Amino acid sequence: MATQHTKEVEQQISKGNARKYFFEKLSSKIFLACALLSVISLLLIVGFVFYKGANPFVTGDYSFLSFIFGSEWVPSEDKFGIFPMIVASIYATMGALVIGVPVGLFTAIFLAEIAPKRVAKIVSPAIQLLAGIPSVLYGVFGLAIIVPFLQDNLGLARGQSLIAVILVLAIMMLPTIVTIAETAIRAVPKSYREGSLALGVSEIGTIFKVVVPAAKSGIMAAIVLGLGRALGETMAVILVAGNSLIIPTSLTDSIRPLTTNIALEMGYAAGTHLEMLFATGIVLFSFILILNFVLARLTAKGGH
Amino acid sequence: MVMMVTEVAAVNKQQVSTASAQSKILVDDLNLFYGEKQALFNVSLDIKEKEVTALIGPSGCGKSTFLRTLNRMNDLIDGVRVSGNITIDGEDIYASNDVIKLRTKVGMVFQKSNLFPMSIYDNVAYGPRMQGIKNRKVLDALVEESLRGAAIWDEVKDRLKTSALGLSGGQQQRICIARTIAMKPDVILMDEPTSALDPISTLKVEELITQMKKDYTIVIVTHNMQQAARISDKTAFFLNGEVVEYDDTNVIFSTPKDQRTEDYVTGRFG
Amino acid sequence: MRQAKDNLLRAMLWGSAFVSVAILFTIVGYLFYKGFSYISFDFIFGDYSPIGGGGIFPMIVTTIYTILISLIIATPIGILAAVYLHEYAKQGRLVRIIRYATESLTGIPSIIYGLFGAVFFVATLKLGMSIIAASLTLTIIVLPVIIRTTEEALKTVPASYREGSLALGTTKLQTLYKVILPSAMPGILSGIILSIGRIVGESAAIFLTAGTVAAMPDSIFSSARTLTVHSYLVTQESGDIGLAAAIGIVLIVIILALNLSATYISKKFNKADY
Repeated sequence: MATQHTKEVEQQISKGNARKYFFEKLSSKIFLACALLSVISLLLIVGFVFYKGANPFVTGDYSFLSFIFGSEWVPSEDKFGIFPMIVASIYATMGALVIGVPVGLFTAIFLAEIAPKRVAKIVSPAIQLLAGIPSVLYGVFGLAIIVPFLQDNLGLARGQSLIAVILVLAIMMLPTIVTIAETAIRAVPKSYREGSLALGVSEIGTIFKVVVPAAKSGIMAAIVLGLGRALGETMAVILVAGNSLIIPTSLTDSIRPLTTNIALEMGYAAGTHLEMLFATGIVLFSFILILNFVLARLTAKGGH
Repeated sequence: MVMMVTEVAAVNKQQVSTASAQSKILVDDLNLFYGEKQALFNVSLDIKEKEVTALIGPSGCGKSTFLRTLNRMNDLIDGVRVSGNITIDGEDIYASNDVIKLRTKVGMVFQKSNLFPMSIYDNVAYGPRMQGIKNRKVLDALVEESLRGAAIWDEVKDRLKTSALGLSGGQQQRICIARTIAMKPDVILMDEPTSALDPISTLKVEELITQMKKDYTIVIVTHNMQQAARISDKTAFFLNGEVVEYDDTNVIFSTPKDQRTEDYVTGRFG
Repeated sequence: MRQAKDNLLRAMLWGSAFVSVAILFTIVGYLFYKGFSYISFDFIFGDYSPIGGGGIFPMIVTTIYTILISLIIATPIGILAAVYLHEYAKQGRLVRIIRYATESLTGIPSIIYGLFGAVFFVATLKLGMSIIAASLTLTIIVLPVIIRTTEEALKTVPASYREGSLALGTTKLQTLYKVILPSAMPGILSGIILSIGRIVGESAAIFLTAGTVAAMPDSIFSSARTLTVHSYLVTQESGDIGLAAAIGIVLIVIILALNLSATYISKKFNKADY
């Protein structure tokens, strides 16, 4: 009986494995092709956006410098200057950062280090959930509550303004910053804390002198990701920005950041106007690439 | 201590003499590199059929690396290069790229049980199924036969469909052996198979190995010198990637020719 | 002095956390307060009517279409790409390039995806503003998410499973679909659920590729609007905060359900041993 089964196994094995090796080879080629698809997608995206966006400057007689530094955007008169939008994007993002980062970071530290376990157990997942809700909803809330509030209390003609954008973006980036920074802080080994506490340093002192510096790379990643989210946000911003084409000089000015310019005009733009929207995309893209580069450097330093 | 080991080896010798002395695996001038770093130096061994050959030596000496050249598991690591010759039954195992065939012929049992998260039955039937055997009756018989061969049938026959991961460490390791036997290999490689087991489970596995010798050629890496002395016919002592000495087990443990072997087996280092 | 500083910092930590939690819960609370009265069977399952009072069923259908199409394409490709990166590739330049590209895709803002989708899928491939064009754009958006989560899941599969299987004379492919992928499945499923969240939350990219037609789509080649785009448009065009908030409730419930099922899956699979 034993020999019969031995035979069975041997027969199967001796059939040869040529077919198996063929599928082995074929499958690894298919897997490689799938992996290459992300490279191809990136190249296509960069290629198409840059090709379309660079066209006016390469074949037309538009100057890239006056595109970047021009302050007038009147497509019907062939004037394409996006300086006000660049300024608006930078102001809005930086402003959101100034408010969102400290609040988000302190919240993360609170949840990871000093919150009672029961509180953290409920609040952390809730905030994680909020990182997933569509950003448009933050815009809806901004338009319904923040804009009228500003209008009434600051005596503005329209509440849609730089400060409204900053507030909406700051709120929107909070869950992202809190969630990622909290993970980074929790990943700091217990021994660090114990070492510091054993030296007689207070709990708060330990948190700020030992734990937070140890989690630095993760915290920086959280900030950069939050920043990227704010810089790239479009639809929520349209609702509260006011979309005026001026260089903002005060927090109460109505603004039009780069992203909203694209979304607002893509619907009807054609010809050079359309290409200039792609050029706007290139500028936005460049900001993001710089951010990604910074992020890559930061995570590389973190040694993960 | 030395006395005890020697005695055990002497007892073992009587069993040895009956074993056949046909060569099964011939290793000739084997060198192995991890990238730039050389891990094995001019290893030559003549491993006999249906004997237990033990590989001993301090950790990092290359014994496990050597074991893994015999079923080409080292192929899985990037940047490993091998020179020299290994033949099994006269066939150069590095000449053909049919590692599937090689690994069905040369089974392996690992340091820790690495059963899959499946039922006991599915674990044992895994290899044959992957070879295309689908007939339920054949599989049933194979599973029973293999579990009997691994001396664990009576312990698990009523729970074949339950998770293999619910068994004790020793039982899991014997299922691993059953899984290997199910492929009907000629050679079974064992990489410190009892290092994670308690003494009683270890004894059971050792007993099993001694029984299995009549059907299989077994090469076992072990840290435990008493174990090598108890169960093996031949012993190779590895040091820094070289084979210092290779001889009958009782010779290695009683009258080694090399001073380093003697130092190691008497526990002066390692 | 030190004590005072500690106390101040401690107060700031509590304060910040309180502010964050208060704001975020206010938003959710507000949306529920404003939108809850709209929610009814007819609202969810009724057809849309531009004069008001209609339902959001066409948008729900459109959202489901976009989820299904993009996942049908992105899931196999993403899983196999991760398999290549983690199980097959020799770590070297090519892998670094693929990883870099994948990471870069994660960082691209959705409006750029929208631009690309509009010029590539809508115009160059002549798909027009349509569900299919939006879904293909979304495919690229979620691809890196699936690749990354699958890779993380593959990392958790013990190396001993691979060795054990290969040592039995199986091929890598057999080992992959019999042992590795089943073990990595919970992680992969969470990745897919995460992707659904991303698709549901997306607005700008869909806005530029699917258009804004507010009607039941005839086919995947029709222009249509998803729930998220709809909530944007009703706010922007008619300032109907209540309706937008009601859609918001539906979206939040969907995201909540997705999150819960992701947690449930990972918990369940972690406990069971097979």
